[in-house]
Amino acid sequence: MSDRRLEVDALSKRYGDTVALDGMTFDVRAGEIFGFVGSNGAGKTTTMRIILGVLAADGGEVRWTGVPVSQETRSRIGYMPEERGLYPRMKVGEQLTYLARLHGLGAERAAAAVREWTERLGVQARIGDEVQKLSLGNQQRVQLAAALVHDPEILVLDEPFSGLDPVAVDVMSQVLREKAAEGIPVIFSSHQLDLVERLCDRVGIVRAGTMVACDTVDELRASGGEELLVHAPDAGEGWAVGLPGVTVRGVENGRTVLALDEGADDQAVLAAALATGPVREFARRRSTLTELFRHVVSADATTSGENEK
Amino acid sequence: MSTTNHQSTHLSNVEAVKLVASRELSVRLRSKAFLIILGLTAVIFAALPIVLKLASPGTPTQHVAVVQADAAYGQTLEDVAGKLHQKVSITVVPDAAAGTAAVRDGKADAFVTAHGADGTQVTVKKSLPDSLNTLFAVVGDATAAPSQHVQATPLEKSDPQQGQKIAIAIAAGLLMYMILMTVGQMVAQGVVEEKSSRVVELLLATIKPWQLLAGKVIGVGVVGVIQLIVPAVIGLGISMADGQLSVSLSASVGSFAWTLVWFLAGFWLYAMIFASAGAMVSRQEDLGGVMAPIIMPLVAGWVVAISVLPSDPHSSLAEVLSFVPLTAPEIMPMRWALGVAPLWQVLASLAVTLAFGVVMLRFAGRIYRNSVLRSGARVPLREALKAA
Repeated sequence: MSDRRLEVDALSKRYGDTVALDGMTFDVRAGEIFGFVGSNGAGKTTTMRIILGVLAADGGEVRWTGVPVSQETRSRIGYMPEERGLYPRMKVGEQLTYLARLHGLGAERAAAAVREWTERLGVQARIGDEVQKLSLGNQQRVQLAAALVHDPEILVLDEPFSGLDPVAVDVMSQVLREKAAEGIPVIFSSHQLDLVERLCDRVGIVRAGTMVACDTVDELRASGGEELLVHAPDAGEGWAVGLPGVTVRGVENGRTVLALDEGADDQAVLAAALATGPVREFARRRSTLTELFRHVVSADATTSGENEK
Repeated sequence: MSTTNHQSTHLSNVEAVKLVASRELSVRLRSKAFLIILGLTAVIFAALPIVLKLASPGTPTQHVAVVQADAAYGQTLEDVAGKLHQKVSITVVPDAAAGTAAVRDGKADAFVTAHGADGTQVTVKKSLPDSLNTLFAVVGDATAAPSQHVQATPLEKSDPQQGQKIAIAIAAGLLMYMILMTVGQMVAQGVVEEKSSRVVELLLATIKPWQLLAGKVIGVGVVGVIQLIVPAVIGLGISMADGQLSVSLSASVGSFAWTLVWFLAGFWLYAMIFASAGAMVSRQEDLGGVMAPIIMPLVAGWVVAISVLPSDPHSSLAEVLSFVPLTAPEIMPMRWALGVAPLWQVLASLAVTLAFGVVMLRFAGRIYRNSVLRSGARVPLREALKAA
């Protein structure tokens, strides 16, 4: 199964003078949940659209099991586009059956799959209703069912969690985990970094059409260095500025968050804090993904910020 | 963990197009708009012959002129007519010139110039009324060859069944105009619906743009054929059962078959254009603007056809327009029904229209492919036409 990898290799895409993708490269292995993060316009949606073939790349290649992805492979991908889309006036059941059949399922298998997934996702009662009559949350569930109903070999989900209520988030997470456990590579993009941190085996951070960091959550967090969390209630603003090897990252619930350079002396920081008055809390912690993301993405903010479409 | 059994097989082109077409068909056939329009046209076409019949006066007394030598023959005519429940009055004229004059002045509907083994020869102003035709055939010499039973010589060039032909032509033109208009817009709206609801991205992730377009066009085309056949069959059926149409069944069916052929050619052409228009906008509200230039030739063709052809079937304007691909589908079937278009013209114009359709297919395919995934503002035509 080791060769069951979805490889995105050096994709490039321009819209006129705008560079949307510039050598985008990463891979997603079978059974792995891959989180795709980056600010708006970084190129996540463009990458996913190219994987699905709804957009043509200017250069580069997408491979599945070592072979360039063809229309036939694509029909075995489960896709949830960023812009949700279903026929508003078509009934849920008919719509899902139609989509399953377009992906190559026979009529009977399609019907069975529709039953199965509407039950799993809790929309079986709405099977005879038009999609437009469903609540937004239920429409999202139907949308997920549309991505799953043909028993895909690969899952590509663009912002699957956006607009979901907490219950639906749990259902979605559960489904993604199960699908990964079945040996399916799952790639999804999200701005909810806590979710990404919790769910993903590996995370890729994109900026300006390029993958800038791609590793397991642990490794990424470790690479972000350690932080100090100091609660010194009487300390004035900027008490830590100028301490050697220390960068002030901000204030979190009244606690000052400091980044320590390699080999910086945390005891000197403690002494400086104590000099301002009492110190209620003094802790080391590894960077959160959010922190790291902010750091990586803001490293060169001038080149990003283009529109993704 | 082992992978689950992925049994889904890739769709062939035909299967993909068939799936799209059957979805299109089932959605359209169930839509209220379709049922209403179908019901409406069916009622109109059922009512048309009935209204025409009510509007036309009952059979008037027919006047037949005969020369003195044929007075006895004239008497026979009158007697037989009585048995046939026809009202025929015989006028005896002094000579052939007087008989012709009577016909020309409208005092007589027919003047019998000869009758015997060579059939019955009559002079008429424009055409021989069917009732008289029957009468002459019954009274005439049965030994004459069937084709020579009754030979009518019109004084003014005219077609004996002109009225009916005009009626059939108008019906064909009207059907063509109405249906091309509705199904054309159906195609455009269908494309926009997929675009505005964004479902198109999901569809194009598994099938190719041309498969989606072809399926949609075929599905809507079948809807159009149903809309064409139902009223036409009802209209023809009622007229025939009623005996109003004496144009032979094969001629009416022929006109109808040509209308169907032209519908398919015209629909193909217009569907391509309407689909590319739909692909260029993202919202139904913007559709009107891009559809206006497409609707224009459709309306113009119909207006010209209905205002010129009935009074002047040989109009050269109509003849020219029946070769212009965008108006030919409306005008050529009308000219055919009127009997003024020779077969070569119909075939030549059909070839031109189909050739134009092939060109449009290329452009429309490109516009569709380039525009259908672009949402937001209207896609400028130049960009839509850019090679992908």
